[in-house]
Amino acid sequence: MALLQISEPGLSAAPHQHRLAIGIDLGTTNSLVATVRNGISVVLNEDDGSALLPSVVRYLADGSTQVGLAAQAVQSEDPQNTIVSVKRFMGRGLKDVGDVVDLPYRFVDTPGMLQLRTAAGVKSPVEVSAEILKVLRDRAERSLGGELVGAVITVPAYFDDAQRQATKDAARLAGLNVLRLLNEPTAAAIAYGLDNASEGVYAVYDLGGGTFDISILRLSKGVFEVLATNGDSALGGDDFDQRIYCWILEQAGLSQLGVNDVRLLLTHARTAKEQLTDNLQAQITAVLSGGELVDVTLTRETFYDMTRNLLARTLQPTRKALRDAGLSVDEVQGVVMVGGSTRMPQVQRAVAEYFKQTPLTNLDPDKVVALGAAIQANVLAGNRSADDWLLLDVIPLSLGLETMGGLTEKVIPRNSTIPTARAQEFTTYKDGQTAMSIHVVQGERELVSDCRSLARFELRGIPPMVAGAARIRVTFQVDADGLLSVSAREMTTGHESSIAVKPSYGLTDEEITQMLKDSAQHAKDDMQARALREQQVEARQLLEAVEAALQEDGDLLDADGKAVIRASMEGVRFLLEGEDQAAIKRAVEALNQATLPFAQARMDKSVSGALKGHKMSDLES
Amino acid sequence: MTSPAVDLQQDFFTVFNLPRSFQLDSAALDQRYRELQSQVHPDKFSHLSDAEQRLSMQWATRVNEGYQTLRDPLKRGRYLLTLHGVDTQEENNMAMPMDFLMQQMEWREGLQDAISVRDLDALDALADTARHETRSLQQQLAEQLDTTHEFVAAAGTVRKLRFLEKLAEEIADAYDELDS
Repeated sequence: MALLQISEPGLSAAPHQHRLAIGIDLGTTNSLVATVRNGISVVLNEDDGSALLPSVVRYLADGSTQVGLAAQAVQSEDPQNTIVSVKRFMGRGLKDVGDVVDLPYRFVDTPGMLQLRTAAGVKSPVEVSAEILKVLRDRAERSLGGELVGAVITVPAYFDDAQRQATKDAARLAGLNVLRLLNEPTAAAIAYGLDNASEGVYAVYDLGGGTFDISILRLSKGVFEVLATNGDSALGGDDFDQRIYCWILEQAGLSQLGVNDVRLLLTHARTAKEQLTDNLQAQITAVLSGGELVDVTLTRETFYDMTRNLLARTLQPTRKALRDAGLSVDEVQGVVMVGGSTRMPQVQRAVAEYFKQTPLTNLDPDKVVALGAAIQANVLAGNRSADDWLLLDVIPLSLGLETMGGLTEKVIPRNSTIPTARAQEFTTYKDGQTAMSIHVVQGERELVSDCRSLARFELRGIPPMVAGAARIRVTFQVDADGLLSVSAREMTTGHESSIAVKPSYGLTDEEITQMLKDSAQHAKDDMQARALREQQVEARQLLEAVEAALQEDGDLLDADGKAVIRASMEGVRFLLEGEDQAAIKRAVEALNQATLPFAQARMDKSVSGALKGHKMSDLES
Repeated sequence: MTSPAVDLQQDFFTVFNLPRSFQLDSAALDQRYRELQSQVHPDKFSHLSDAEQRLSMQWATRVNEGYQTLRDPLKRGRYLLTLHGVDTQEENNMAMPMDFLMQQMEWREGLQDAISVRDLDALDALADTARHETRSLQQQLAEQLDTTHEFVAAAGTVRKLRFLEKLAEEIADAYDELDS
């Protein structure tokens, strides 16, 4: 039996214990992980010194995987089993992904999200992404030498609900506790803002490997407020490669290439693109599988010409974001460049021309997102930082419902600050109608068929009444991750039935658990040990949090209230000594339940505290 | 346990500790908003218990809703009328003064013309006119709500403002359309 630890009043049990948290930039082309060490955000390198992990996963016939450079090196030899740019498929169905013919994969058209047939079986984009995340998690655990409290995973600001949900599922599948999904431009702004202590309106122009985001933020007195965001979740550096690839085919008079040659030429196209950043021309020389020699020279000028309309496609969302923010170009104080694709000189020139100023590029555009994510992860894990800031982000796309005639009714407009909720009432249109089907969509278009379908569900058990008498209240809640949950409730009868709806493409907790089990059949004991460890970490964190809360606000409770919480805490502490994961879990849940009224009282105190010192009379004078 | 000083059911003016009037100190509103979110935002609770996280989300949602409601003059006017027990009847009361409706039709035709000939200057001019008219209606609403307390007339002004809000939305869509 361990000795009871008694701490000094007013101090928490472990005041200076640093909780290990990481920020992960899960990119289309490269991914990386960062953490805050001694107050400074740093990228964690691989043993060989490399920071960027190519987002490439190769599946082998024996079920094993290669991730990163090793997989990238063989992508031309084994293109069907080597998945690159998987981010483009996250939360996407086959029909959403354009140019499928040019991709060397064997797609499986499954409802909601497409899948890929590999040598190791059919894999979903969520599983492929989880492989990348696992490598980064291992890297972080080795480098930090301890159990991670959690991770912040970044997503393009313009990702819709399906893409966000898929990202969160991938992280959970990789065994990560997701502290928050953070928008990439916002992460970049954190990295920049805290360095430069800037105030004013900033634009973040983020052109990555496969996604484009533009966010307009106002920074003032430690508050990062996203005013508007826009973008294109299928536009990025890959498209520039594609343009060069098509140009090579045209120049060399080629058509009908095999998958290996397609991948080979795409790789050459990418190299040429990168060369043109510092050189005026690039030589492209390749020998195809049939022995044909490709030897062409691409000039910077030709490259600019063929990509002009891609640049125009980034400026259109930029104008929209500014309009949504109610601002003109002149009001933007600085423009932050994020994403490897902003290295291209024509991108920098187009942005400078549009904003009439030289964009900021003093932080590495490949690393700035991960650095910002790590800073936010550090705060979310409960490590107090000197500057306490607040981040107010928005949802990028409107949420709505299908109404009569296939039209959308917007329920939550785009650029609403999250978390946000909105309730809408509906009624029946037929006498005795007992069920109603609700279709939730996301997007700006008027027709349901032009928006993204998020979830369909049936509300049953409505008491039979005359048409128009039933009142069904549907509530949309968008949390701080930008994820939606919908619940519906019948209001007329005294008894209210309520159902929580998870969008159809998301994975349930059971499915995640099942996938975790399947992927680790040969390491079952490992899995159980890990689950127990994670449960113990969670329980200890909760104990610490409650202990700190009691130290801080114990006076809000009477003796009985305190005793109830103390008893539940003892329960958790006792079970922590043992190895029964399920029992610890139950005790944790019981403690959570017991602290509810206390949490309520603490929240009331915080809120009144925020308003203290302000009196009505101050305002009227 | 002490009785809660502030609860989720309180009206937004109380939550933000602002006087219940249409005229509003927007700098004070911004400041209160930030102070409140600094206390209740989920980012401040992510390392705490589930109960605290859930409450935090409810509170942050409520504070965001209040901020959106009070910041926007039309929403604020509508909300004040609701607090006074007056329904603005925006869905069913279409009795509008004839001259107002004629004016609306004229503007809408102007908008269609500007779109069809892709005339950005005309669009700018129309946006200006709509802004101007909106401001003068807001002044009228302030008078009715804060000074003369003519709530039924104020509901009429809210309905007019709703027309102008729709016009402004259509103008914004037109900009998007001319952009593409």
